[in-house]
Order: sequence, then structure tokens, then C-alpha cells
Amino acid sequence: MVKEEKEIANRPDNTAFTQQRLPAWQPMLSAGIVIPGFVLIGLAFIGIGVALFVTSRSITVLEIDYTGIEKDSPCYKCSDSDAKNCVCNLVFSIDSLFEGPVFFYYGLSNYFQNYRKYAASRDDEQLSGDLDAFTAPSDSCSPYNYNSNDKPIVPCGAIANSMFNDTFVLYRVVNGAKQLVPLDGKGIAWWTDYNVKFRNPSVTPLKNAFNNTVKPIFWPKPAYQLDTSDPANNGFINQDFLVWMRRAALPDFRKLYRRITDGDYAKGLPAGNYSLTIAYNYPVVSFDGRKKVVFSNVSWMGGKNEFLGIAYLVVGSLCVLMSMVMLIVYAKFKFPEED
Amino acid sequence: ETEVIPDRKLLQHISRVDSSGSRKTDPYLEFFLGLAICNTVVVSMATAERQRASGFSRSGQTNNRLDTLSNVAKKPFSLRHIFTSWKNKPKRSRTISEDSVVEEDHFNAPLKIDGSGNTDGLQTCSLQAPSHSNDPATTPDNVTYEAESPDEAALVYAAKAYGFTLLARTPHSVTVRLPSGEDLVFEVLDTLTFDFNRKRMSVLVRHPITKECVLYTKGADYAIMELLGTSCAEHLRGKQKNIATDTQHHLDFYGKEGLRTLCFTKKVVSKKVYESWLVCRRNALAAIDNREELVMETAVQLETELNLLGATGIEDRLQESVPDTVVALREAGIRVWVLTGDKPETAVNIGYACRLLEEEDLVINMSCKNKLECTSILDCTLEEVKRYSEDPRNVDTSQDIALVIDGRTLTMALSSDLQDRFMDLAKHCRTVLCCRVTPLQKSRVVKVVREKLKVMTLAVGDGANDVNMIQAADIGVGISGQEGMQAVMASDFAISRFKHLKKLLLVHGHWCYTRLANMIIYFFYKNVAYVNLLFWYQFFCGFSSATMIDYWLMIFFNLFFTSVPPIMFGIMDQDISAEMLLGVPELYRIGQGAGEYTFTTFWVSILDAFYQSLVGFFIPYLAYQDSDIDIFTFGTPINTISLFTILLHLSIEIKAWTVVHWVTMLGSVALYFIVTLAYSAMCVTCNPPSNPYWILHSQMADPMFYLLCIITTVVALLPRYMFHVLRNSIAPSPLMQARRLDRLDASTRDEWMKEWRSIRGLGQVRRSRLSPPPSPTLDTPADIFPQSPTASDIMADDLTLNVITENYQRPVHM
Repeated sequence: MVKEEKEIANRPDNTAFTQQRLPAWQPMLSAGIVIPGFVLIGLAFIGIGVALFVTSRSITVLEIDYTGIEKDSPCYKCSDSDAKNCVCNLVFSIDSLFEGPVFFYYGLSNYFQNYRKYAASRDDEQLSGDLDAFTAPSDSCSPYNYNSNDKPIVPCGAIANSMFNDTFVLYRVVNGAKQLVPLDGKGIAWWTDYNVKFRNPSVTPLKNAFNNTVKPIFWPKPAYQLDTSDPANNGFINQDFLVWMRRAALPDFRKLYRRITDGDYAKGLPAGNYSLTIAYNYPVVSFDGRKKVVFSNVSWMGGKNEFLGIAYLVVGSLCVLMSMVMLIVYAKFKFPEED
Repeated sequence: ETEVIPDRKLLQHISRVDSSGSRKTDPYLEFFLGLAICNTVVVSMATAERQRASGFSRSGQTNNRLDTLSNVAKKPFSLRHIFTSWKNKPKRSRTISEDSVVEEDHFNAPLKIDGSGNTDGLQTCSLQAPSHSNDPATTPDNVTYEAESPDEAALVYAAKAYGFTLLARTPHSVTVRLPSGEDLVFEVLDTLTFDFNRKRMSVLVRHPITKECVLYTKGADYAIMELLGTSCAEHLRGKQKNIATDTQHHLDFYGKEGLRTLCFTKKVVSKKVYESWLVCRRNALAAIDNREELVMETAVQLETELNLLGATGIEDRLQESVPDTVVALREAGIRVWVLTGDKPETAVNIGYACRLLEEEDLVINMSCKNKLECTSILDCTLEEVKRYSEDPRNVDTSQDIALVIDGRTLTMALSSDLQDRFMDLAKHCRTVLCCRVTPLQKSRVVKVVREKLKVMTLAVGDGANDVNMIQAADIGVGISGQEGMQAVMASDFAISRFKHLKKLLLVHGHWCYTRLANMIIYFFYKNVAYVNLLFWYQFFCGFSSATMIDYWLMIFFNLFFTSVPPIMFGIMDQDISAEMLLGVPELYRIGQGAGEYTFTTFWVSILDAFYQSLVGFFIPYLAYQDSDIDIFTFGTPINTISLFTILLHLSIEIKAWTVVHWVTMLGSVALYFIVTLAYSAMCVTCNPPSNPYWILHSQMADPMFYLLCIITTVVALLPRYMFHVLRNSIAPSPLMQARRLDRLDASTRDEWMKEWRSIRGLGQVRRSRLSPPPSPTLDTPADIFPQSPTASDIMADDLTLNVITENYQRPVHM
């Protein structure tokens, strides 16, 4: 009939999808079904938790605050903002072998490297060696893009300007004599930062690239003099610079300073007395910050952190407990046909 | 395409009268002439009809739609019975069987004619006089009619069956072929179109032989009866009054049988009267202000002193499965109101036929003449009803009170001072039947119900007179059918049969509700959970609105990584199978009261989102505390964790996993990793100050990343998961139980379903009353209908479908 033909013309597709007749799996969340899953997850979590906890326990950490606010601190005299080129000596002892490789960090507290405006105050084009950005730094660096004489600042921005500039020398004190502990400054930054993101301009000597630019206001020397001894560690690809330029996520952070891997200390720091000579340059008292040095060895899970291991143990035990609760629930409330 | 089986006795009588030449005055002939003339049916050739059907282009004259009989939903193939009452011969009106003519015509249903009807039809054709027409195209067999309502066409077909064939209609003339084969061309002087206030229409023609102006009027019986002339009864042998009484008696009988009744009258207008009227008419038509009112007034002027010719009763069969559907809707907790233009008798009869009214129901009939009476009746009835429902004997019975109210009373009841009381009364009634209501009243009822009862309303209708109502209701459903497409055009949903309403509401309505409710809650959750991560970070970045997640990845997160699964969830999720929902209509009630989208579910979800964001931020925070982690290396696991949390949260909510769900879920995770890896491999300095370069790669080489993701996701989702598990085990919702039954095989499921329904007391619509009917004092203010309709075995009648469906759905307070 005429009418039927018309209907067919407008009829929607009769497919399982359009008619919503697709075969479906209907999971039923009920006590009986999830008990085995909970037991398995619980046991697995407890296993992981134990492994994490044990690993974390095996990691040794030595933290020494040297801000110098306390009067008995050896760096007390340096915490005064008027003190120039102040050097202080931090003496500490290690009771047993500090297993290597030992990582040597400096730590800052109440320091917001993640503050929005601060974190944006850099010019990645400039840092990748783009000479155009040398003459005209990005506005994001403002107010650290030009100095008062309208000369471009390289490297521009607040992050570079505020680069951490305390330096440390570690001595082992053996029978009253100071023995230098060699510190390894290579490979402490991200491989991608060193090889991809940060590039020096391909100008030799490097100094020429910085013509007509000025160093950051707080820097004692320009970027091309960060490490004059090693061209592979100079300019923008200076490891300390790279480490600093990778902004910390949280206001209390540490950054890798050196690794102790060489010579007698490859196996770690032997028990004994140590002296750390600190060139105290970086002011933190004004913003209630703290400075510290951290010695730590690492494992497959990174630095020491007991939280994750405990979390796994707690959640794992909770799952096992839940499965028991559900066993009771299942016995009491099971749906009749659920055999 | 139409077969009509005329009553042979009547047919013979007509041919006798016709041949005897006394047709000028014979009321039989006048009646059929009226039937053929008094309408706006247009004649078309059979071929033209076919084109119309295929092109489906209705003529645009929808404004003066002559829809005398409102509120019908007819199936296209409905069997239409026409009961024609014959009143003018008193001796023939003794018994019903004698003066009733039964005709059947099958609309558009050549394939559906049953055998007996067919042979009868052939015999009928042979009885008809041979054609004397010069034009072979307009043979009576060849004509088909295009009517604005199927009822109108039915009447014309009926006239045709008795030999009075409408051959042509132009704006100025009507050609009718008489049984003798003679063609009469009437000059149409005017057509007084139908309106809902007059409830009648008239055609003024000049008789070709007598040259008299004749006014044929048809309309609702109550609209005609009060206009019947009393003085000019000379050529009706002084028995006009008697006849009117008899006719009214028959009309009442038809009404109780569920037929739609119409009266036909004739009036000879003298030339003088016509000319003076014509002046008024022209003035009215030329008027600029109040034109419609003036035109109507002129119509009223002329339609007086009418002579009754006869009455018709049209049967409109219920569509299939109407009672089923109505019962299911009631079981689903939906209150059904019927708003119909039919008279109360017809409406009540239909109410019983479609099980809107049960035999043991208490039916309150409200009909009053003035407002004072109306007020007192309302008060008394309200009192009684309240007493009845508070009666301890009636506690365990469902409220079986039905209210029947007519249009005039309704107008009073809806007036601003009475509507509160009326709504209070209506709240106590399971069913309300409003009869003789105009389209405007229909929408008014819907609006008042919405306003006063604070419920969701759904209006179902198929005719142009339902358009107002459909637009006034929260949800309008149009039924496409013979009444045209206006209702469908105005509606939100269009269905082709009334029975589809059951699936529309119980299945698609339920699904749609759960989907929408869950999806909306989920979207709130998702945004709160994700954005809060950034909020927690503000405590650690000096409230500088810094983010630890790369900006592009943050944009992509909502745009690509987590957008498709919730959309598919909103489109595809089926918490319970369609069979189950149709089998247990009570499940629909869940969406009405304490549903899925409530104050509690919303805030629980928001709290859960807070909890998850806390977990999703602070577990990574504690794990990376005091380390040399940088901003975006810190953000990457957080982003990954929230991806897994948000997607797995959704998968706890998804009730039915189809292949689409799996593809979108796994696809979203894959997309996240592919896009993020590609982006962080390519973007060296592209998006300062963020530097995602190689971060995810280095994270994915670190076992801590995976351990962190696993524990955080598990901790974030554990409470919700446990909550679902324990609730489903300890106190499963009806939905949950239904889902369990769904998993069983069909036979066990049916068994369980039955048992479950009886246990839960969801119960059938009660078949038996446990306590005696209420006190008889009720009938002082209001009539109580007899316990059962007089003809309960009616096979076919009028399906009245202006159902206001209110599912008592609480508005959600957010």
C-alpha cells in the first residue's frame, strides 16, 4: 500500500546499535561476587607494601639544616644579609658506612618555585640558543628581560635571576686532617634538558653570543663563565643551571647538587667525621625560608619515602578486612537464587 | 476503498419514497441530504486520493477545521460503525433495533475487509441506482472524500450508502446525486463553520427545485436541542417536542454505548430574513475588530428555531491494547485524566471500556449550573472523599474514586477561587474525566494541574483540538492518525498508536530518566573531581592559580579523554531490560518519588568527588613530598590517576556493557596515552611556560608511577564501590532486584516476577474491594453512577485520548 511505502522510506535503521539491542554484559555488584577480587587485591597490595616499606627502610638519609637562624648554628653569622662572601663550616659525623652511590642535595623550604608568575618568568626560546631571543627576550621574563639601560638580560627571567648560588666542598676529617671528597657534577640534570631543551648558541667562542647583553642582575658572572673549565658544562647547559631551571613542584623541595661516586667513595661514605664548607651566598631568611643539605642514597623507588609502602599495607589490609565483612554480608543477605 | 453496509429496511424505504416523488417534504430524504451537504468534505477521485496519501500533503485549511468530535485516536484501519437514529416518524421510534441503521465503512482498508462485510457491500452496490452521469469520471463508485475529520467523512460515506452521493463541492455549490440518479446542484450561500463555543456547524444552501434558502445544521446534541424551534412545527405534524424527547432518549442510549452523537436539523429561511441577515453577515465579515466574535454572533443569529431531522451515533473503536496500556500506566503510578469533547455518558462508557474506570469504582459525577451550586458540591464531595480515604476500612484498598466533570462545571471549578478545592478533590481521585471541554479548557486544565499539584504532566492527543493541551503540558505526545498531523507537529514525541505510550513511558521514559539523572550527576562529579585537583594545588603554589598539569592536556582531558564514555553512557545505558520494565510497570514509580536524581544522590556524588580529588591529589603529594619532583612531572601522575578514577567511576555506574562501552572506555585510555606521549615527544618549547617534553616517557619508565596510579585509583574508588556492593547485598533497591531477575531465563523470571510483585505489594490494580463502598450520603451532592455500565460488553467505541498523565514526580530541588 501507498502508506506503507512511505513508512519504509522514513524508517530508522533496524540495526542492533540504533535500536539499542546490542548484547550487553551486566555486571552485578554484590558481596558474593567481589569477595575473591578483594582478597586477591588485598594480598597483592600487602605484598607490594612490604616490598616498598623494606626498600624505603634500607635507604639512608642525612639532612642538615644550615640556614643559620639559630645562634648555635655554625652559619649564624652568614644569615645576616649584610655579610658578604661568608663561608661557614658544617661538621657532622657518620656512624656507619653511608652506602653509595650517595646523592648530595641542597634543599629549600617555603620557596615557591611553582608560583605562577615566577614559573612563567623564563624564555624557552632564548634558552634553546635562539639568538633572536637574545636581543629581544620574551615579555614573560618581565621585569627581568631588560636592565635599566634597556640592554637585554640573558638568560632572562626571575627563575634564572634567582639561581641558587651556594657552593659546597665536602671534606672527610681523618685524624684532624681534611681529605677532599670528590663530588661528581656530571649527569645530575635531565638528559633531555641537557641535550634537547637547552642549547648554547652555536657561536665560538661562546662569549661572543652574549655581546650586547647583560648578565642577570643577581648573578656575579655571566652565563658563559658558569664553568670555564668545561665547555660542555658552560652557558645554558651548565648542570647546576639546568637543575635550577627545572621548577620544583612543591614549596619544600630539594635539588640534586652532586653525586659522590668517585674513587674511595664509590661504595659510600665511610663512618667518621666530615666537614662541609659552605659558601653562603643565597639569602632565604627574608622570606622565612630554610636551607639544608641532604645526603641520601637511592633505590629503584627513588628516594626515601615510607608513605607509599604504608599506604599499600593499609589499603591491602583494608581490602582483606572488607572481604571478611562481605563474607558475613554474603552469608546473611545473599539473594536466594544466587547459588 | 470504503465499504458501507446500509440497513436494508431503511434502504428500501428510501427507494420507495424516492420513487413515489414525495421527496420534497420527506424527512428521510432531508436527513440524508443534510448528511451529504452539511459538512466541509471535499470530493476527490480515487487516484487523487492515492497521490495525497503518498505525498501526505494535507490541504492547508486547518483553521476552519470542522472537528465536531474531538479527542479521538483512531487507528488508520479502524472499523467505524455508524448508528443512525431516525426520529421523525414516531411509530418507527418504538424500538431501537427498528430505527437503527448499522453501517460499516472501512477506511483505507481494502485489504482488511472481512468476508461477510465484503459480500454485503457488493449486494449494496447492486441495489444502487445506475449512474446517469454524463461524466464518467464522477461515477459514485469512483469518488473518495477528503475530510478534516474521519467522523465527517464517515457521515458522508453513510449518506452515499443510502444513495445520496456527494459528487462535488466547490466554494459555491454542492452537487448531490439522489438515489433516483438525479443530480441536484445546491447553491451554497454560506457556510457557518464549526467552533468550540457553538459546537455546531451549518451550511446555508438554496434548494435547486424549491429555490428556498435551507439551513442544514449539525452539532452536538446539547448544542442543538436548546435551539429547536417550538412554534413552526406545522409540517412536522405538531410532534416536534415529542420527537425531540424521543431523540434525546435515543441519544442518551447511544452515549451510554460509547457512541459519539450528533444531531441534524434543517431550517427554511425566508427570503426576507436571509437578506437582512446577509447584511449583518457582511458587516461582520468586513469588521476589523473582533471579527471572529462578530462572525460567530451572526451564526448564532441564524441558527435558531431549528427543525430536528435526526441524530447519528458514530462508533470509534478503541485502538488495540488500550485497556492494557491504561492499566499499565496506572500500575506505574501515573494518574490519568481524560479531557474529551464527548458528552459525559460517552466518556464514562469509554472509561469503562479502556479500564480507566473499574466496575467497583466510586464514580463522582459533577455537573452543576451555577457557581454557588458548584461551590457547595465541591465542598461536600471533598468532605466525603476525605472521610472516605481516612476511613480505616479503606486503608488497605487503593483509592478507587473517579471524578466525572463536564465542561461547564469545569469552567467554574477552575475559576481562581475554586481551583484549589477542585485540585484537592482531584488529588484524591485516581481518574478524572472531563467531558465536553474545549481545546482552551484542555490547556487550562493542564496548566492548573501543573501549577497547583506541582507535578509533571504529559498530554497525549491526536487532533488539532489537542494542540493547546500538548503545548501546555511538560511533555506533549502526539498520535499520528486520521485526525491529521497538527498534534504531531506540536508534540515532543510522536507515536502512531496509543499502545506505544506504554513502551514510551515505561521503557524509554525510565531509561531516559535514569540515563539523564546518572549522566548529569556524573558530569557534576567529573568536573568537581578534576577541578578540585587544581584547587588543592593552590595551597602549595601560593594561591597563584598555577597548574601542575599542562594546559593543553587539561583542555584535552574534558574534550577528548573523558568525553565519549559519559556520552555513550547517556545514550546507551540500560539499567533494566525492556521486557522487565514492561512486565513490572511499578518500576516506573522509582523515577517519580525517591528517584536517582535527588538531593541526596547529588550531594553524595559531590562529596565523593571531593573525596576522590583529595585522594587523587594528596596521595601523590605525600609520595613526592620533599623530593626533587618538578611541576609537570608531579602533575602527570595526577592527571593519569584522575583519568583512571573518572573512567572507572563511570564503569561502576554503567549497568550494561556493550561493545560500544568497551571500545570507548579502552579507546579513551589509549587516546590519553597516545596523545600525551605524542604531545610530550613533540613539544619542546611550543607551549611556554609549561614544558611537557619527555615527562610522561620518563614517568612511564619509573615503577613508582604505576604503583602510585594503582593505589590512588583503588583508594579513590573503594568507598563508592563498597557502597554499591553493600547496598546491593544488604538492601537492594527494586531496580537492583529487577536486574537480578533479568539475568534469569525467561520462565524462571516470570515466576519470580509474579512472586516478587505479590510480595512487594506492588500489586495489580486491585480487582476486589475489601471494604464496602462508601456511605451513601455521597449522592446528595453528587450523582453516583451505577455500579456497572449498562452495556459493559461493548466491542468498539471511541478512544478518548486526551490523557493527562501526571506521574507524581517531585520536582528536584537543587
